[in-house]
Amino acid sequence: MEFLGLYNYWVFAVLLMTGMYAVISRTNLIKKLIGMTIFQAAVFLLYISMDKVEGGTAPIIQADLPGQLYSNPLPQVLILTAIVVGIATLSLGLAIVVRISEAYGTIEEDEIREMDGE
Amino acid sequence: MVTLFGVFLLTLLVITAIGIVRAQHLFVAVMLTGIFSLQMAAVFFILDAADVALTEAAVGAGVATVLLLGALALTEDREKPAKRRAWIPIVVVSVTTLMVIYATFDQPRLGDAEAPVHQHVAPWYLEETPRLIDIPNVVTAILASFRGYDTLGELFVIFTAGIGVLFLLANPSERGTLTLSQSAEATGLRHHLVPRVVGRLIVPFILLFGLYVQFHGDYGPGGGFQAGALISAGFILYALVEGETMALRALSFRLLGGMIAGGALLFVAVGIAGIVLGGNFLDYSVLAADPVAGQHLGIMLVEVAVGITVTGVLLTIFHSFAAREQRS
Repeated sequence: MEFLGLYNYWVFAVLLMTGMYAVISRTNLIKKLIGMTIFQAAVFLLYISMDKVEGGTAPIIQADLPGQLYSNPLPQVLILTAIVVGIATLSLGLAIVVRISEAYGTIEEDEIREMDGE
Repeated sequence: MVTLFGVFLLTLLVITAIGIVRAQHLFVAVMLTGIFSLQMAAVFFILDAADVALTEAAVGAGVATVLLLGALALTEDREKPAKRRAWIPIVVVSVTTLMVIYATFDQPRLGDAEAPVHQHVAPWYLEETPRLIDIPNVVTAILASFRGYDTLGELFVIFTAGIGVLFLLANPSERGTLTLSQSAEATGLRHHLVPRVVGRLIVPFILLFGLYVQFHGDYGPGGGFQAGALISAGFILYALVEGETMALRALSFRLLGGMIAGGALLFVAVGIAGIVLGGNFLDYSVLAADPVAGQHLGIMLVEVAVGITVTGVLLTIFHSFAAREQRS
Protein backbone atom coordinates (compact mmCIF):
# COMPACT_ATOMS: atom_id res chain seq x y z
CA MET A 1 0.00 0.00 0.00
CA GLU A 2 2.98 2.26 0.59
CA PHE A 3 3.72 2.40 -3.13
CA LEU A 4 0.08 3.01 -4.07
CA GLY A 5 0.69 6.55 -2.85
CA LEU A 6 2.99 7.05 -5.82
CA TYR A 7 0.65 5.60 -8.44
CA ASN A 8 -0.60 9.06 -9.48
CA TYR A 9 2.97 10.15 -10.20
CA TRP A 10 3.70 7.03 -12.23
CA VAL A 11 0.61 7.64 -14.32
CA PHE A 12 1.84 11.21 -14.71
CA ALA A 13 5.19 9.95 -16.03
CA VAL A 14 3.59 7.52 -18.48
CA LEU A 15 1.04 10.05 -19.77
CA LEU A 16 3.71 12.73 -20.11
CA MET A 17 5.84 10.44 -22.24
CA THR A 18 2.87 9.12 -24.24
CA GLY A 19 2.13 12.69 -25.25
CA MET A 20 5.81 13.33 -25.92
CA TYR A 21 5.99 10.19 -28.11
CA ALA A 22 3.07 11.41 -30.21
CA VAL A 23 4.74 14.79 -30.64
CA ILE A 24 8.18 13.50 -31.67
CA SER A 25 7.32 10.35 -33.64
CA ARG A 26 4.15 11.21 -35.60
CA THR A 27 4.34 13.26 -38.76
CA ASN A 28 0.67 14.26 -38.77
CA LEU A 29 0.35 17.78 -37.37
CA ILE A 30 -3.08 17.30 -35.76
CA LYS A 31 -1.80 14.13 -34.09
CA LYS A 32 1.12 16.15 -32.74
CA LEU A 33 -1.30 18.71 -31.29
CA ILE A 34 -3.37 15.96 -29.67
CA GLY A 35 -0.13 14.58 -28.22
CA MET A 36 0.58 18.04 -26.85
CA THR A 37 -2.80 18.09 -25.07
CA ILE A 38 -2.01 14.70 -23.49
CA PHE A 39 1.36 16.05 -22.35
CA GLN A 40 -0.42 19.07 -20.93
CA ALA A 41 -3.07 16.96 -19.17
CA ALA A 42 -0.26 14.95 -17.54
CA VAL A 43 1.17 18.15 -16.04
CA PHE A 44 -2.31 19.08 -14.77
CA LEU A 45 -2.51 15.65 -13.12
CA LEU A 46 0.86 16.20 -11.41
CA TYR A 47 -0.25 19.51 -9.90
CA ILE A 48 -3.68 18.31 -8.82
CA SER A 49 -2.19 15.14 -7.27
CA MET A 50 -0.01 17.34 -5.08
CA ASP A 51 -2.99 19.33 -3.75
CA LYS A 52 -4.65 16.31 -2.10
CA VAL A 53 -4.59 16.12 1.70
CA GLU A 54 -5.62 12.83 3.32
CA GLY A 55 -9.06 13.29 4.92
CA GLY A 56 -9.44 16.71 3.33
CA THR A 57 -12.21 18.00 1.13
CA ALA A 58 -12.57 20.58 -1.65
CA PRO A 59 -11.32 24.00 -0.43
CA ILE A 60 -14.75 25.55 0.08
CA ILE A 61 -14.87 26.67 3.69
CA GLN A 62 -17.81 25.28 5.62
CA ALA A 63 -18.41 27.42 8.71
CA ASP A 64 -20.52 24.74 10.42
CA LEU A 65 -17.66 22.21 10.27
CA PRO A 66 -14.82 23.62 12.40
CA GLY A 67 -11.56 21.69 12.21
CA GLN A 68 -12.35 20.31 8.75
CA LEU A 69 -9.23 19.67 6.67
CA TYR A 70 -9.13 21.22 3.22
CA SER A 71 -7.01 20.32 0.22
CA ASN A 72 -4.52 22.86 -1.05
CA PRO A 73 -6.30 25.51 -3.16
CA LEU A 74 -3.18 26.94 -4.80
CA PRO A 75 -2.42 24.23 -7.41
CA GLN A 76 -6.12 24.23 -8.29
CA VAL A 77 -6.02 27.94 -9.12
CA LEU A 78 -2.95 27.45 -11.32
CA ILE A 79 -4.45 24.53 -13.23
CA LEU A 80 -7.92 26.06 -13.52
CA THR A 81 -6.58 28.95 -15.55
CA ALA A 82 -4.05 26.73 -17.35
CA ILE A 83 -6.85 24.54 -18.78
CA VAL A 84 -8.54 27.52 -20.41
CA VAL A 85 -5.22 28.89 -21.65
CA GLY A 86 -4.53 25.37 -22.99
CA ILE A 87 -7.66 25.37 -25.16
CA ALA A 88 -6.79 28.85 -26.42
CA THR A 89 -3.28 27.75 -27.48
CA LEU A 90 -4.67 24.50 -28.96
CA SER A 91 -7.07 26.46 -31.15
CA LEU A 92 -4.27 28.78 -32.25
CA GLY A 93 -2.24 25.69 -33.23
CA LEU A 94 -5.20 24.23 -35.10
CA ALA A 95 -5.68 27.51 -36.96
CA ILE A 96 -2.05 27.37 -38.09
CA VAL A 97 -2.51 23.73 -39.19
CA VAL A 98 -5.59 24.72 -41.22
CA ARG A 99 -3.57 27.42 -42.99
CA ILE A 100 -0.73 24.95 -43.65
CA SER A 101 -3.23 22.50 -45.07
CA GLU A 102 -4.62 25.17 -47.41
CA ALA A 103 -1.15 26.19 -48.55
CA TYR A 104 0.39 22.72 -49.03
CA GLY A 105 -2.62 20.41 -49.40
CA THR A 106 -1.28 18.11 -46.70
CA ILE A 107 -0.75 18.09 -42.95
CA GLU A 108 2.00 15.47 -42.96
CA GLU A 109 5.24 17.01 -41.82
CA ASP A 110 7.56 14.96 -44.10
CA GLU A 111 5.55 15.80 -47.23
CA ILE A 112 5.63 19.49 -46.34
CA ARG A 113 9.42 19.26 -45.99
CA GLU A 114 9.73 17.58 -49.37
CA MET A 115 7.73 20.39 -50.97
CA ASP A 116 9.99 22.94 -49.35
CA GLY A 117 12.89 21.10 -51.00
CA GLU A 118 14.83 20.14 -47.92
CA MET B 1 -12.82 2.21 -2.03
CA VAL B 2 -12.04 5.69 -3.35
CA THR B 3 -8.39 4.69 -3.68
CA LEU B 4 -9.36 1.65 -5.72
CA PHE B 5 -11.62 3.74 -7.94
CA GLY B 6 -8.80 6.25 -8.39
CA VAL B 7 -6.34 3.54 -9.44
CA PHE B 8 -8.93 2.14 -11.86
CA LEU B 9 -9.56 5.56 -13.42
CA LEU B 10 -5.85 6.35 -13.74
CA THR B 11 -5.21 3.00 -15.44
CA LEU B 12 -8.08 3.71 -17.82
CA LEU B 13 -6.51 7.11 -18.51
CA VAL B 14 -3.22 5.47 -19.59
CA ILE B 15 -5.06 2.96 -21.81
CA THR B 16 -7.05 5.78 -23.46
CA ALA B 17 -3.89 7.83 -24.04
CA ILE B 18 -2.16 4.89 -25.74
CA GLY B 19 -5.32 4.34 -27.79
CA ILE B 20 -5.22 7.96 -28.92
CA VAL B 21 -1.62 7.71 -30.08
CA ARG B 22 -2.19 4.39 -31.88
CA ALA B 23 -5.42 5.40 -33.67
CA GLN B 24 -4.74 5.87 -37.40
CA HIS B 25 -8.12 7.44 -38.00
CA LEU B 26 -7.98 10.95 -36.57
CA PHE B 27 -11.74 11.02 -35.95
CA VAL B 28 -11.28 8.10 -33.54
CA ALA B 29 -8.36 9.90 -31.89
CA VAL B 30 -10.46 13.04 -31.36
CA MET B 31 -13.37 11.09 -29.85
CA LEU B 32 -10.94 9.29 -27.52
CA THR B 33 -9.52 12.69 -26.55
CA GLY B 34 -13.01 13.71 -25.39
CA ILE B 35 -13.29 10.52 -23.32
CA PHE B 36 -9.79 11.13 -21.97
CA SER B 37 -10.85 14.58 -20.77
CA LEU B 38 -13.96 13.24 -19.04
CA GLN B 39 -11.87 10.62 -17.22
CA MET B 40 -9.39 13.33 -16.28
CA ALA B 41 -12.27 15.41 -14.87
CA ALA B 42 -13.37 12.45 -12.74
CA VAL B 43 -9.80 12.04 -11.44
CA PHE B 44 -9.66 15.75 -10.56
CA PHE B 45 -12.95 15.41 -8.70
CA ILE B 46 -11.62 12.50 -6.63
CA LEU B 47 -8.56 14.60 -5.80
CA ASP B 48 -10.82 17.32 -4.26
CA ALA B 49 -10.43 19.75 -7.14
CA ALA B 50 -14.11 20.43 -7.90
CA ASP B 51 -13.46 23.71 -9.72
CA VAL B 52 -10.81 22.14 -11.95
CA ALA B 53 -13.00 19.12 -12.70
CA LEU B 54 -15.82 21.41 -13.82
CA THR B 55 -13.47 23.35 -16.10
CA GLU B 56 -11.89 20.22 -17.59
CA ALA B 57 -15.29 18.66 -18.32
CA ALA B 58 -16.62 21.80 -20.01
CA VAL B 59 -13.42 22.73 -21.89
CA GLY B 60 -11.74 19.40 -22.60
CA ALA B 61 -14.70 17.18 -23.34
CA GLY B 62 -16.92 19.89 -24.78
CA VAL B 63 -15.21 22.75 -26.57
CA ALA B 64 -11.89 21.06 -27.46
CA THR B 65 -13.63 18.13 -29.17
CA VAL B 66 -15.72 20.48 -31.32
CA LEU B 67 -12.68 22.55 -32.30
CA LEU B 68 -10.64 19.46 -33.19
CA LEU B 69 -13.51 18.13 -35.31
CA GLY B 70 -13.77 21.53 -36.98
CA ALA B 71 -10.06 21.37 -37.84
CA LEU B 72 -10.46 17.79 -39.14
CA ALA B 73 -13.27 18.91 -41.44
CA LEU B 74 -10.93 21.52 -42.92
CA THR B 75 -7.95 19.18 -43.34
CA GLU B 76 -7.94 15.40 -43.63
CA ASP B 77 -9.16 12.86 -41.14
CA ARG B 78 -6.77 10.02 -41.85
CA GLU B 79 -3.19 9.83 -40.74
CA LYS B 80 -0.70 8.44 -43.26
CA PRO B 81 0.94 5.28 -41.92
CA ALA B 82 4.52 5.74 -40.80
CA LYS B 83 7.09 4.70 -43.42
CA ARG B 84 9.55 3.27 -40.96
CA ARG B 85 9.44 2.29 -37.34
CA ALA B 86 10.80 5.12 -35.25
CA TRP B 87 13.22 3.52 -32.84
CA ILE B 88 14.83 6.68 -31.50
CA PRO B 89 11.58 8.16 -30.11
CA ILE B 90 10.68 4.83 -28.46
CA VAL B 91 14.07 4.59 -26.78
CA VAL B 92 14.08 8.25 -25.71
CA VAL B 93 10.55 8.04 -24.33
CA SER B 94 11.15 4.76 -22.47
CA VAL B 95 14.36 5.97 -20.85
CA THR B 96 12.77 9.28 -19.82
CA THR B 97 9.71 7.48 -18.38
CA LEU B 98 11.96 5.28 -16.25
CA MET B 99 13.96 8.30 -15.09
CA VAL B 100 10.84 10.25 -14.11
CA ILE B 101 9.44 7.20 -12.28
CA TYR B 102 12.78 6.80 -10.46
CA ALA B 103 12.52 10.47 -9.43
CA THR B 104 9.00 9.97 -8.02
CA PHE B 105 10.38 7.83 -5.18
CA ASP B 106 11.48 11.07 -3.54
CA GLN B 107 7.97 12.50 -3.79
CA PRO B 108 5.81 12.69 -0.66
CA ARG B 109 3.06 10.07 -0.82
CA LEU B 110 -0.37 11.09 -2.13
CA GLY B 111 -2.39 12.90 0.55
CA ASP B 112 0.58 13.48 2.87
CA ALA B 113 -0.34 16.54 4.96
CA GLU B 114 3.36 17.11 5.79
CA ALA B 115 4.36 17.56 2.13
CA PRO B 116 6.32 20.78 1.48
CA VAL B 117 3.62 22.06 -0.88
CA HIS B 118 1.19 22.34 2.06
CA GLN B 119 3.60 24.24 4.32
CA HIS B 120 4.11 27.72 2.87
CA VAL B 121 1.33 30.04 1.70
CA ALA B 122 -1.51 27.52 1.36
CA PRO B 123 -2.42 27.41 5.10
CA TRP B 124 -2.37 31.20 5.17
CA TYR B 125 -4.88 31.39 2.33
CA LEU B 126 -7.15 28.86 4.04
CA GLU B 127 -7.01 30.69 7.39
CA GLU B 128 -7.21 34.29 6.21
CA THR B 129 -9.81 33.99 3.42
CA PRO B 130 -12.81 33.91 5.83
CA ARG B 131 -11.51 37.02 7.62
CA LEU B 132 -10.24 39.13 4.71
CA ILE B 133 -12.62 38.20 1.93
CA ASP B 134 -15.38 36.19 3.61
CA ILE B 135 -16.40 33.97 0.72
CA PRO B 136 -16.45 30.20 1.19
CA ASN B 137 -14.67 29.20 -2.04
CA VAL B 138 -10.96 29.74 -1.40
CA VAL B 139 -10.10 28.89 -5.02
CA THR B 140 -12.20 31.83 -6.24
CA ALA B 141 -10.74 34.10 -3.56
CA ILE B 142 -7.16 33.34 -4.63
CA LEU B 143 -7.99 33.42 -8.34
CA ALA B 144 -9.80 36.74 -8.36
CA SER B 145 -8.35 38.64 -5.41
CA PHE B 146 -5.08 37.40 -3.88
CA ARG B 147 -3.56 36.47 -7.23
CA GLY B 148 -5.70 38.72 -9.42
CA TYR B 149 -2.60 39.90 -11.24
CA ASP B 150 -1.89 36.37 -12.52
CA THR B 151 -5.48 35.95 -13.62
CA LEU B 152 -5.29 39.23 -15.53
CA GLY B 153 -2.21 37.86 -17.31
CA GLU B 154 -3.99 34.59 -18.14
CA LEU B 155 -6.96 36.54 -19.47
CA PHE B 156 -4.67 38.45 -21.81
CA VAL B 157 -3.13 35.19 -23.04
CA ILE B 158 -6.62 33.99 -23.97
CA PHE B 159 -7.37 37.41 -25.50
CA THR B 160 -4.21 37.20 -27.61
CA ALA B 161 -4.99 33.65 -28.74
CA GLY B 162 -8.47 34.76 -29.83
CA ILE B 163 -7.02 37.65 -31.82
CA GLY B 164 -4.44 35.26 -33.32
CA VAL B 165 -7.09 32.83 -34.55
CA LEU B 166 -9.04 35.74 -36.04
CA PHE B 167 -5.92 36.90 -37.88
CA LEU B 168 -5.21 33.40 -39.20
CA LEU B 169 -8.68 32.30 -40.21
CA ALA B 170 -11.10 35.17 -40.61
CA ASN B 171 -11.31 37.04 -43.89
CA PRO B 172 -11.06 40.76 -43.08
CA SER B 173 -13.61 41.79 -45.69
CA GLU B 174 -16.19 39.50 -44.16
CA ARG B 175 -15.66 40.33 -40.52
CA GLY B 176 -18.69 41.92 -38.93
CA THR B 177 -20.92 41.28 -41.89
CA LEU B 178 -20.41 37.56 -42.11
CA THR B 179 -23.00 36.29 -44.55
CA LEU B 180 -23.47 32.60 -44.81
CA SER B 181 -24.87 30.54 -47.62
CA GLN B 182 -27.69 28.12 -46.97
CA SER B 183 -25.34 25.17 -47.17
CA ALA B 184 -25.53 22.07 -45.02
CA GLU B 185 -23.39 23.64 -42.30
CA ALA B 186 -25.39 26.85 -42.30
CA THR B 187 -28.64 25.08 -41.63
CA GLY B 188 -27.13 22.69 -39.12
CA LEU B 189 -29.16 19.67 -38.10
CA ARG B 190 -32.45 21.46 -38.67
CA HIS B 191 -33.76 18.65 -40.84
CA HIS B 192 -33.02 16.00 -38.24
CA LEU B 193 -35.92 15.89 -35.83
CA VAL B 194 -34.43 14.17 -32.76
CA PRO B 195 -31.22 16.25 -32.33
CA ARG B 196 -33.18 19.40 -33.03
CA VAL B 197 -35.89 18.78 -30.41
CA VAL B 198 -33.45 17.52 -27.77
CA GLY B 199 -30.91 20.26 -28.52
CA ARG B 200 -33.55 22.97 -28.25
CA LEU B 201 -34.63 21.55 -24.90
CA ILE B 202 -31.09 21.37 -23.50
CA VAL B 203 -29.63 24.71 -24.66
CA PRO B 204 -31.58 26.99 -22.25
CA PHE B 205 -30.63 24.78 -19.31
CA ILE B 206 -26.94 24.83 -20.26
CA LEU B 207 -27.05 28.63 -20.44
CA LEU B 208 -28.91 28.84 -17.12
CA PHE B 209 -26.38 26.51 -15.50
CA GLY B 210 -23.57 28.62 -16.96
CA LEU B 211 -25.03 31.75 -15.37
CA TYR B 212 -25.47 29.89 -12.07
CA VAL B 213 -21.83 28.76 -12.16
CA GLN B 214 -20.82 32.36 -12.95
CA PHE B 215 -22.61 34.02 -10.05
CA HIS B 216 -22.49 31.20 -7.52
CA GLY B 217 -18.72 30.81 -7.94
CA ASP B 218 -18.05 32.60 -4.65
CA TYR B 219 -19.99 30.01 -2.68
CA GLY B 220 -19.51 26.77 -4.59
CA PRO B 221 -17.34 25.44 -7.39
CA GLY B 222 -17.48 27.86 -10.28
CA GLY B 223 -16.38 31.20 -11.61
CA GLY B 224 -15.76 33.06 -14.82
CA PHE B 225 -13.55 30.49 -16.56
CA GLN B 226 -16.00 27.63 -16.03
CA ALA B 227 -19.04 29.77 -16.84
CA GLY B 228 -17.43 31.08 -20.03
CA ALA B 229 -16.69 27.54 -21.21
CA LEU B 230 -20.22 26.35 -20.35
CA ILE B 231 -22.02 29.27 -21.99
CA SER B 232 -19.96 28.95 -25.16
CA ALA B 233 -20.63 25.18 -25.16
CA GLY B 234 -24.34 26.02 -25.02
CA PHE B 235 -24.07 28.41 -27.98
CA ILE B 236 -21.95 25.92 -29.94
CA LEU B 237 -24.66 23.30 -29.43
CA TYR B 238 -27.21 25.84 -30.64
CA ALA B 239 -25.06 26.52 -33.72
CA LEU B 240 -24.73 22.79 -34.44
CA VAL B 241 -28.46 22.17 -34.12
CA GLU B 242 -29.93 25.31 -35.68
CA GLY B 243 -27.08 26.29 -37.98
CA GLU B 244 -24.44 28.99 -37.98
CA THR B 245 -26.78 31.67 -39.29
CA MET B 246 -29.16 31.43 -36.36
CA ALA B 247 -26.32 31.33 -33.80
CA LEU B 248 -24.72 34.44 -35.33
CA ARG B 249 -28.08 36.17 -35.27
CA ALA B 250 -28.19 35.63 -31.49
CA LEU B 251 -24.56 36.70 -30.91
CA SER B 252 -23.06 38.43 -33.92
CA PHE B 253 -19.37 38.46 -34.83
CA ARG B 254 -19.21 42.15 -34.01
CA LEU B 255 -20.71 41.59 -30.58
CA LEU B 256 -18.30 38.71 -29.89
CA GLY B 257 -15.37 40.96 -30.79
CA GLY B 258 -16.74 43.54 -28.39
CA MET B 259 -17.02 40.88 -25.68
CA ILE B 260 -13.37 39.83 -26.12
CA ALA B 261 -12.14 43.39 -25.68
CA GLY B 262 -14.85 44.45 -23.20
CA GLY B 263 -14.11 41.71 -20.67
CA ALA B 264 -10.38 42.43 -20.69
CA LEU B 265 -11.09 46.18 -20.38
CA LEU B 266 -13.51 45.62 -17.49
CA PHE B 267 -10.84 43.65 -15.60
CA VAL B 268 -8.27 46.41 -16.09
CA ALA B 269 -10.87 49.07 -15.21
CA VAL B 270 -11.57 47.37 -11.88
CA GLY B 271 -7.82 47.37 -11.22
CA ILE B 272 -7.47 51.04 -12.07
CA ALA B 273 -10.54 51.92 -9.98
CA GLY B 274 -8.56 50.55 -7.04
CA ILE B 275 -5.73 53.01 -7.77
CA VAL B 276 -8.11 55.95 -8.25
CA LEU B 277 -9.79 55.25 -4.92
CA GLY B 278 -6.46 55.27 -3.13
CA GLY B 279 -5.46 51.61 -3.05
CA ASN B 280 -3.16 49.45 -5.15
CA PHE B 281 -3.79 47.99 -8.61
CA LEU B 282 -6.44 45.25 -8.25
CA ASP B 283 -6.93 46.05 -4.55
CA TYR B 284 -10.68 45.65 -4.14
CA SER B 285 -10.87 46.64 -0.45
CA VAL B 286 -11.23 50.33 -1.37
CA LEU B 287 -14.10 49.78 -3.80
CA ALA B 288 -16.72 50.03 -1.03
CA ALA B 289 -16.85 51.58 2.43
CA ASP B 290 -16.45 48.18 4.03
CA PRO B 291 -13.27 46.35 2.87
CA VAL B 292 -15.00 42.95 2.82
CA ALA B 293 -17.93 44.30 0.80
CA GLY B 294 -15.38 45.88 -1.57
CA GLN B 295 -13.72 42.49 -2.01
CA HIS B 296 -17.09 40.90 -2.82
CA LEU B 297 -17.85 43.59 -5.41
CA GLY B 298 -14.37 43.38 -6.95
CA ILE B 299 -14.40 39.59 -7.20
CA MET B 300 -17.87 39.63 -8.75
CA LEU B 301 -16.86 42.20 -11.39
CA VAL B 302 -13.59 40.45 -12.21
CA GLU B 303 -15.28 37.07 -12.57
CA VAL B 304 -17.88 38.61 -14.89
CA ALA B 305 -15.03 40.14 -16.92
CA VAL B 306 -13.32 36.74 -17.19
CA GLY B 307 -16.61 35.07 -18.16
CA ILE B 308 -17.31 37.62 -20.90
CA THR B 309 -13.86 37.35 -22.47
CA VAL B 310 -13.71 33.55 -22.32
CA THR B 311 -17.16 33.25 -23.91
CA GLY B 312 -16.22 35.77 -26.60
CA VAL B 313 -12.90 34.10 -27.44
CA LEU B 314 -14.20 30.52 -27.53
CA LEU B 315 -17.22 31.44 -29.67
CA THR B 316 -15.11 33.58 -32.01
CA ILE B 317 -12.71 30.67 -32.49
CA PHE B 318 -15.60 28.28 -33.17
CA HIS B 319 -17.24 30.63 -35.68
CA SER B 320 -13.91 31.29 -37.41
CA PHE B 321 -13.42 27.56 -38.00
CA ALA B 322 -17.03 27.11 -39.11
CA ALA B 323 -16.95 30.07 -41.50
CA ARG B 324 -13.75 28.76 -43.08
CA GLU B 325 -15.47 25.43 -43.61
CA GLN B 326 -18.21 26.98 -45.73
CA ARG B 327 -15.86 28.94 -47.93
CA SER B 328 -13.60 26.06 -48.86
